[in-house]
Amino acid sequence: MADKKLAIIATKGTLDWAYPPFILSSTAAALGYEAQVFFTFYGLQLLKKKLDLKVSALGNPGMPMPMKMDKWFPVLGTALPGMESMMTFMMKRKMKSKGIATVEELRDLCLEADVKMIGCQMTVDLFDLSRDDFIDGIEYGGATTFLGYAGDADVSLFI
Amino acid sequence: MADKELDARGLNCPLPILRAKKALNDMSSGQTLHIVATDPGSVKDFEAFARQTGNALLESNEANGEFSFLLKKA
Repeated sequence: MADKKLAIIATKGTLDWAYPPFILSSTAAALGYEAQVFFTFYGLQLLKKKLDLKVSALGNPGMPMPMKMDKWFPVLGTALPGMESMMTFMMKRKMKSKGIATVEELRDLCLEADVKMIGCQMTVDLFDLSRDDFIDGIEYGGATTFLGYAGDADVSLFI
Repeated sequence: MADKELDARGLNCPLPILRAKKALNDMSSGQTLHIVATDPGSVKDFEAFARQTGNALLESNEANGEFSFLLKKA
């Protein structure tokens, strides 16, 4: 059953959006899939050595807010300075209390399970980043690299 | 009595499955792994894990808010 293949494009760089690519690819590896994740644009943040991911309520009206904060600070209030850090702190605390792994842990599990991670070289150039900013054990490539793999994948996801 | 025990209590998706997979890696074919978890989602997940990996799910029980599974390595 090791012949199934999962291909994911990770495009988002917030804490909440960091979970699906790492959860799905680590689980796929545990099920015997070959798994590859292509990190592009803001998703490339997820490969940084030091992660500083935040949650944001901006543009996310469905997000449940702790302590009825949405009543006190409707919509625009979520843009107040310090709000993002506070919400991130609360989210991380909640995750910990529910036994949810940190993004760092899940990423390590992916590396351990030989999930192949590809950083988008164009994004590295675009944001003036250096390969030194990113964790070891990853590769760099472009659209052709992704399609070369995803072309015959059983599951392909854009996240 | 199972050959190996795994305490996955307090862990949430996908950790119980990942830990189980890791435990199975160190076992030989035919050996059994007993897992205890508190994540209600793990019931469906272990069924799907068994179906997709070929390891047999011999038992799946619930008692006092805890779920226990017995897997036999393929």
